[in-house]
Amino acid sequence: MTNAKLRSLASNWLGFVLLSALLILVFPAVLDDFRLNLVGKYLSFGFVVLGLVLCWGYTGILSLGQGIFFGLGGYCIAMFLKLEASTPENTAIQSTPGIPDFMDWNQLTELPFFWEPFHSFAFTVIAIMAVPAAVAFILAYAMFKRRVGGVYFAIITQAVTAVLTILIIGQQGYTGGINGITDLRTLLGWDIRTDEAHNILYFICVALLLVCILLGRFVLKSKLGRILVAIRDKEERVRFSGYDVANFKVFVFCVAAALAGVGGAMFTLQVGFMSPTIIGIVPSIEMVIFCALGGRLSLIGAVLGALIVNAAKTTFSEMFPELWLFAMGGLFIGVTLFFPRGLAGLVDDYVVPFLSKVFLGDKKTPPPEPAVTKLAE
Amino acid sequence: MPHIGPVVESDILLALEGVTVSFDGFKAVNDLSLYIQKGELRVIIGPNGAGKTTVLDLICGRTKVSEGSIAFKDTEVTKLKEHEIVRLGIGRKFQNPSIYEDLTVLENLEISYPKGRGVFGALGFRRTAEVADRIDEIADMIFLKEHLNTKAEILSHGQKQWLEIGMLLIQDPELLMLDEPVAGMSVAERVKTAELLNRIIEGRAVIVIEHDMKFVESIAHRVTVLHQGKVLAEGRMDKIQEDPKVREVYLGH
Repeated sequence: MTNAKLRSLASNWLGFVLLSALLILVFPAVLDDFRLNLVGKYLSFGFVVLGLVLCWGYTGILSLGQGIFFGLGGYCIAMFLKLEASTPENTAIQSTPGIPDFMDWNQLTELPFFWEPFHSFAFTVIAIMAVPAAVAFILAYAMFKRRVGGVYFAIITQAVTAVLTILIIGQQGYTGGINGITDLRTLLGWDIRTDEAHNILYFICVALLLVCILLGRFVLKSKLGRILVAIRDKEERVRFSGYDVANFKVFVFCVAAALAGVGGAMFTLQVGFMSPTIIGIVPSIEMVIFCALGGRLSLIGAVLGALIVNAAKTTFSEMFPELWLFAMGGLFIGVTLFFPRGLAGLVDDYVVPFLSKVFLGDKKTPPPEPAVTKLAE
Repeated sequence: MPHIGPVVESDILLALEGVTVSFDGFKAVNDLSLYIQKGELRVIIGPNGAGKTTVLDLICGRTKVSEGSIAFKDTEVTKLKEHEIVRLGIGRKFQNPSIYEDLTVLENLEISYPKGRGVFGALGFRRTAEVADRIDEIADMIFLKEHLNTKAEILSHGQKQWLEIGMLLIQDPELLMLDEPVAGMSVAERVKTAELLNRIIEGRAVIVIEHDMKFVESIAHRVTVLHQGKVLAEGRMDKIQEDPKVREVYLGH
């Protein structure tokens, strides 16, 4: 095999293979059940950052509201699980048996109509992606067709996040309010609270995440991916090349939302509840930080960013609860100022040239490849 | 090739009639009528603020007309969206080179290739031999064949201008509009650009806005002089240069 072939193979697949090995082999081997479950929870944010790489990194659409879509996906599966847990036998002590406990506490006497379809597992699986995508479609269509973009769009996503969170908290009888939907037990009769179930869910989460990374790569490697970059750089030129730019922006935003929805569902399954505190303004901004730190132009890097920042958050927020938020803010500013391409950019600039020097015998360090056309990861 | 003579109805590719556009009461273009024939190369000149760029903006839908009509191949375009106008066959080059700096020359041309313009069309688009050949052909024409895999960012200013012209050519538009194509170019680059323009007008109409009178002389067939949003004079270059009104407002400077 020639060096050039080897190099292109390596640059295309090395990151993916290493990440797969880390998630499938290393973590399960070295982490105990509790920590593996934690990693699984962090990885559920990986789905969100994949979407952010597509819509923020490549297309330039900054969304500060990905928490909404994460939450919608998470609530969809939570509703299904809650209905399964609320059998008439389990809820016999309620004044209305057979409805979720929080509804009973809020004097509801029958299941609200929008809960009904969530008895069906097939419906729920579709809804996990379709509901976030539909909300994203309405939002994006209204904004992008009117050519609202940039910082205005970011502010609107932030506002919608606030509205939705307030709505969920306010409608306690329908949504479980601030506590969220808790006490989830089984999925189609399978108890999801045991260590064994957590392990299996971890592997399901990893498998789905890897599939989504491949999907993201497929999009970025197609002409569509290059059009997204073109839109980010010179939107008007794309329009005057005969493209309806708004459609492309709507599409990528919906894909990002659907991905976030899958992440939310995996979060609910592995953590056992869903609540508004996980999807509000602060978590939505944190998701952007994961992506920025890992590298907004790298699918693999962004997933690692989600892992690293979440791990750091778990460790440090217990030790220094007051300082943590400042540290996180500082981290974001630092990365944006000094490493705009995040950790993945550092790897591209320093580690990759070093490795190719050692293994491929490059005499001189090749100039770092431009981040943006490196659509590989 | 320059059709100068009686205008026959069917020869008209683009017709602007009574076009007015006002920005907060200021009429940048005022009751303008302009006809472009098939295969014609028309140069629009005029002092700063005469409304030259605005005219191009109106034709390609970037600015909406306040009054009047613009018909391209007998289709009214004033109500169409920009990308729909492009698909009818109008290509527009901007004053500053407007290319995708983060992509290679090849990718710039590929995006401009008029296939796979919908979201899913773009997702399924493949670089077939036909596409690759067309890209090669255009790259050759715009003197960038050696630079297909160069990132557009590092091209020289003149090369960027050519690339943008190439991005339009690959769409094979019937009407090509160029806004100051030689601005910022070296003398050698200007000569090459004039040669390029004389080649690409084959089979299409071209509207050029230009300030450089020597360059205009080297390409122009027919010249329209705009002044304060109106046509001041129109005709062959040599006639225009002798026109006292034109000398007063523009050429005399």
